[in-house]
Amino acid sequence: MTLFALSRRDLAVFAVFAVVVLAMPFWLQPLGAAYPALMQKFVISAIFAIGFNILFGLTGYLSFGHAAFLGVGSYTAVWSFKLLTMDAIPAIFFAVLVSGLFALVIGYLSLRRSGIYFSILTLAFAQMCYNLAYSVLTPITNGETSLQLTLSDPRLIDTALAPRPAGLPSASLFGHSFSGLEGFYFCAVVLLIAFFVTQKIFASPFGMMLRAIKSNQTRMTYTGFNTRPYTLTAFVISGMFAGLAGALFAITDPLAGTERMQWTASGEVVLMTILGGVGTLIGPVIGAWFIEYFENIFSAFNESVVHAFFSFLPAEIADPVALVASKFVGEGWQLTLGLLFVLVVVFLPGGIMEGVRRIGSLFGRRGTPVSPGAARAQPAE
Amino acid sequence: MARSDQNIVLHVDDVSKNLGGLQALSDIDFAVEEGTTHAIIGPNGAGKSTLLNVIVGRLPPTRGAVVFDGTVLTGKQPYEINQLGVARVFQTPEIFPELSVLQNVMTPAFAKRDGAFRINIFRTVDSEAEIRDEAEAILEDVGLSTRLASHAGSLSRGDKRRMELAMCLIQHPRLLLLDEPTAGMSRHDTNTTIDLLKKIKARGMTKVIIEHDMHVVFSLADRISVLSGGKIIAEGTPDEVRGSAKVQEAYLGGAHRLEAH
Repeated sequence: MTLFALSRRDLAVFAVFAVVVLAMPFWLQPLGAAYPALMQKFVISAIFAIGFNILFGLTGYLSFGHAAFLGVGSYTAVWSFKLLTMDAIPAIFFAVLVSGLFALVIGYLSLRRSGIYFSILTLAFAQMCYNLAYSVLTPITNGETSLQLTLSDPRLIDTALAPRPAGLPSASLFGHSFSGLEGFYFCAVVLLIAFFVTQKIFASPFGMMLRAIKSNQTRMTYTGFNTRPYTLTAFVISGMFAGLAGALFAITDPLAGTERMQWTASGEVVLMTILGGVGTLIGPVIGAWFIEYFENIFSAFNESVVHAFFSFLPAEIADPVALVASKFVGEGWQLTLGLLFVLVVVFLPGGIMEGVRRIGSLFGRRGTPVSPGAARAQPAE
Repeated sequence: MARSDQNIVLHVDDVSKNLGGLQALSDIDFAVEEGTTHAIIGPNGAGKSTLLNVIVGRLPPTRGAVVFDGTVLTGKQPYEINQLGVARVFQTPEIFPELSVLQNVMTPAFAKRDGAFRINIFRTVDSEAEIRDEAEAILEDVGLSTRLASHAGSLSRGDKRRMELAMCLIQHPRLLLLDEPTAGMSRHDTNTTIDLLKKIKARGMTKVIIEHDMHVVFSLADRISVLSGGKIIAEGTPDEVRGSAKVQEAYLGGAHRLEAH
């Protein structure tokens, strides 16, 4: 089966990744982050980031407008809930389809330029989408009050199959409503599928073409490749990943607001990817988890937590240390994240993954001879 | 010309190119026969690179046309021209520095096999044994078989050029265009490159070489066009060109006189 074929190394990576993702409720416990709502965020952001990396990491085109596709995915999913059914599958299907269509149009226009002009174009389109959602398209998006489920939604398929429930329903899968950890595991399985698809793209000739476009577009054209459809395909795929992430946000919480499309959300996925390691498989996932952790846990630390942490020091030292340290947690969490980002970009341009690789090579893996048959060089990992 | 038209692979048909008021090429007309090596020589600024750029579609000619194998190339995109069977080696090697040497050479083979665009995500690069074997064989030919897994960007300039040549050869082009293939090379590297190009010639590949190194030109070319001031001032076999008083006077003598100023 070539459809599922991957190298042994990639399969091993997938297996380890699957264990790590599925075991999140256990290893996040000591980190204080093992509650379903947050773990769902971890998993969904990871999907958003690996999709973004297919465009940015492989082709080098830096989009500053991917939040638009995330938002489109959320709105589409909520409309699927409202009009058809609370089932997750149609919601995901339509969200991916519609965000893919948006990506096709925006990508077709933006990819006529490269470099900073491409980035600006995507940012402009995303801001247009945001403003449309905020004002002009309020009948569809419900503006700043956010698009929500109501008791009077038609839900044609659901009401045809069963009597209307009393309250507002929640998202379900084949008639089974998600509760607690089930929502997380559903998202986790979707992440694993998305990760596998990404692995296939990375290992495929198509993925090699995208890397070659990033490396030298002139050579690609003189080598007989029409590069525009390649970059457009990458753009649409990454837009669909973003739409998928948007749909999952809506599934875990059936609500779609404009803030999901704001430019800060587009910037955040860029940070996740760079922090973790552009062009690597795992990097964007780690970057996404890192930033989500900071945003949700680190920001909740207050001064008393810091004091408790430094309580082993004598009081004269502990107080000033805790005072300074407390500025970097709680409301100051972005200060720490910013510093971290600067340190990574300056000292580890390949992101956290480069740090991991450097540590790995310290322990002598460098000496492994590369057999010609396995000479699939890893330029970006 | 007494040659039969059937064997003509490339016909540069009365091409002129005006670059911002400068007449870079005027009335260039020559034909390249199948399996031969045609050299274009001339001093700097004679219009050699402009001519090559017109042939590969990077610059549209102001007048005239370039006909390859019965197809007019004028107005076609570089990738379309490559798909017709024209490969090009650049003056400064155009390679994929971030990919491995093997991947650099495999990539053009996909363009040849799958066309200008194909979403091929069901197979893995590793499972494309046929293409990998061919790439390895060609890298062996150009003397890079020990560098398969190296980053292409880390190769020496001479090795990069050899690899770029391999990238063209794997496509089995009907016409290979070489822009100063030995520029910036040591005498030793130049000689190995000449041997390599002779080896390709034995395979019957048609080549157009732009070069100012006379040693290279006279070792390889079947026919030579001498370009000066955007015009072809002489054309013929190496012996004819070498013996031509007109060339001596207009090209070599002229160049020397200019330098003497």
